[in-house]
Amino acid sequence: MAVEQQPSSAPAKAALWRRPVFRSTVFQVLLVLVIVYVGNSLLSNTLHNLHQRGISTGFDFLSNAAGFGIVQSLIDYQETDTFARTFLVGLVNTLLVSFLGILFATVIGFIMDVARLSKNWLIAKLAMVYIETFRNIPLLLQILFWYFIVLNKLPLPRQSMNLADVFFINKRGLYLPSPIFESGFWVVGVAILVAIVAVIFIARWARARQERTGEQFHTVYASLAVLFSLPVLAYFAAGSPVGWEIPELKGFNFKGGFVVIPELAALLLALSVYTAAFIAEAVRSGILAVSHGQTEAAYALGLRPGPTLRLVIIPQALRVIIPQLTSQYLNLTKNSSLATAVGYPDLVSVFAGTTLNQTGQAIEVIAMTMAVYLTISLTISLLMNWYNKKKQLVER
Amino acid sequence: MIKNNGFLPALPPPSTSVGVIGWLRQNLFPSPLNTVLTILAIYLIYLVTVPTVSWVFLNADWVGESRNACTSGGACWVFVAARFDLFMYGFYPESEYWRINLAFAILALLLVLLNIRQVPRRGWLAAFTLIGYPVVAFYLFSGGLFGLDEVETSRWGGLSLTLVLSGVGIVASLPIGIVLALGRNSQMPIVKAVSIVFIEFWRGVPLITVLFMSSVMLPLFLPEGTSFDKLLRAMIGIVLFESAYMAEVVRGGLAAIPRGQYEAAKALGLNYWKSMVLIILPQALKLVIPGIVNTFIALFKDTTLVLIIGLFDLLTTIEAGFKDSNWLGYAVEGYVFAALIYWIFCFSMSRYSQNLERKLHTGHAR
Repeated sequence: MAVEQQPSSAPAKAALWRRPVFRSTVFQVLLVLVIVYVGNSLLSNTLHNLHQRGISTGFDFLSNAAGFGIVQSLIDYQETDTFARTFLVGLVNTLLVSFLGILFATVIGFIMDVARLSKNWLIAKLAMVYIETFRNIPLLLQILFWYFIVLNKLPLPRQSMNLADVFFINKRGLYLPSPIFESGFWVVGVAILVAIVAVIFIARWARARQERTGEQFHTVYASLAVLFSLPVLAYFAAGSPVGWEIPELKGFNFKGGFVVIPELAALLLALSVYTAAFIAEAVRSGILAVSHGQTEAAYALGLRPGPTLRLVIIPQALRVIIPQLTSQYLNLTKNSSLATAVGYPDLVSVFAGTTLNQTGQAIEVIAMTMAVYLTISLTISLLMNWYNKKKQLVER
Repeated sequence: MIKNNGFLPALPPPSTSVGVIGWLRQNLFPSPLNTVLTILAIYLIYLVTVPTVSWVFLNADWVGESRNACTSGGACWVFVAARFDLFMYGFYPESEYWRINLAFAILALLLVLLNIRQVPRRGWLAAFTLIGYPVVAFYLFSGGLFGLDEVETSRWGGLSLTLVLSGVGIVASLPIGIVLALGRNSQMPIVKAVSIVFIEFWRGVPLITVLFMSSVMLPLFLPEGTSFDKLLRAMIGIVLFESAYMAEVVRGGLAAIPRGQYEAAKALGLNYWKSMVLIILPQALKLVIPGIVNTFIALFKDTTLVLIIGLFDLLTTIEAGFKDSNWLGYAVEGYVFAALIYWIFCFSMSRYSQNLERKLHTGHAR
């Protein structure tokens, strides 16, 4: 009986160190080892250095009294408050400047974009000059310029620029009347809520009717009318329940009202003017990314220029615009940390600046500061990824 | 005999729709609203340009030695002229200026050669610019070799420091960025996770906190007794920060390479590194050159932040210039000069990058 020869159908196995799985495992184990080693030595160095300098680690310092004043705070703050409170004050100020900056930058950016795409040659060129000028000059330089040159040229409190005896502009800031809400104000609040709900219903009804009958309804005008008229009516019906505290010149400075300190004004101006230039470019690139064939097809279907833009171009352009716009908003938020150059009390200036100097807890303070920015960025980019997935073109 | 050849010759278009008048009607006065806008714009231009031109040129003082020469009420360019060396070289010893000049002259020569198509072996030239040149430039700047006097980094400053910071930032972050981008696209889960964490961390924090960290925390991280130069610490921070941005730029290029290229490389039996180095990266990097230039522009503007940790870059030297008691009160001139320099650099680079983008748009886009 002949011994049957096993057919060698399986290919010869490669040597162990040539197999991809083995290689990648070894490589990753090595990487982990290197990271652990580096991390460990950094940690032991740091602990050793801190011990040598007599700095204690941990977050106990947060409950100590801060003992320094802060120029502007939206929440109650006294010198006797804790360092944790300074963190909160800085955070709120950062959020304030980012929010206002995003608002202004978007408005200026869209205006500039409309101007840039305008058929009027002169207007388009002016917008281009604006964009190319402010995009190419460092933001820090712009902040310093607004703060030390432009706002510094403003008059002293006694010679304030005066708008209708209500607004005052001088070297110390922009003084606005601040509202005092009296007891009947809840009526207006309810009216605003009712108006919002009404607008939602109008929009739904108009859409349903258009789908049923094909008749269009001026949703935008109707909504604006409701949103404007209801609160105004409620305001007068409740007997004007808002008083105004008007700033007054007392001694060397104004008292009362709401004040925008020059640090905030300079920072806001620079941030919004700078970011607006980028926003205008982002929007333009989005609109130009929609092929011209789309416009021509819309015209061929008999759409007029307005609806073409609104119904055909913008929805497609948004796919390009939104991610770029978000990254500009994120940049603005991160750039607001330049506040420290002019002394506006944002997170970096108050917490990573003054608090760090007072306590010497460099690692904890910088880690907390970075964690705040990191949280904001990661949240936004997660939302962005979700949006992109939803809006992605489904291609074969 | 009348011979009818068909049509009469076309009449010339009306004079209002061609030539200068036609252009004006079409582009400036097409409708009543646009006419108003045009007039407003002309008025705005008039409001801005007339005082600016008279301040910058007509009423300005150009020659002189000290502030006494500035009498006419316009800009005092004497200030910029007198402190020009400070703005360009910082506190570098005056007798050694030629070294900085030489270093930048070599760089300019290399860049010009790189942009001429006829130059042979441009690949090697590019490699030298990225690897060999920084070494040469470092020894030219710091000295200590071949009988050159040593100049400590604390004396470097001005525009040359700005260029050094941004140049080092880009050149050093490019290889790290490439590795990170490859890591993020890798099949190995741990490598991928590490790359993602690294990239997202640095992209999520503002540069200023990174600079704070590198100036305050780096000394704590290192073994006792090792001390780091202030400039080097800032550079480490900038490179770490910038490499994350560079990684995302390179990743964009990798994503633009058609899948077929990866598969073809595999089919040829090339291993991972060979297929990357020989097939994928040359194509991907070519695609992302405009992106790299844009990153460079952003970095160039961001180097101004070293003002906050007290390094003497262009902006800081200019500030120091007008805070000098001999020149108090010329801040506007200083800022305008700084803005002009930054603007010239950034604008020309962005034009260059747009140009490249058009030139490199040769296909592959799916």
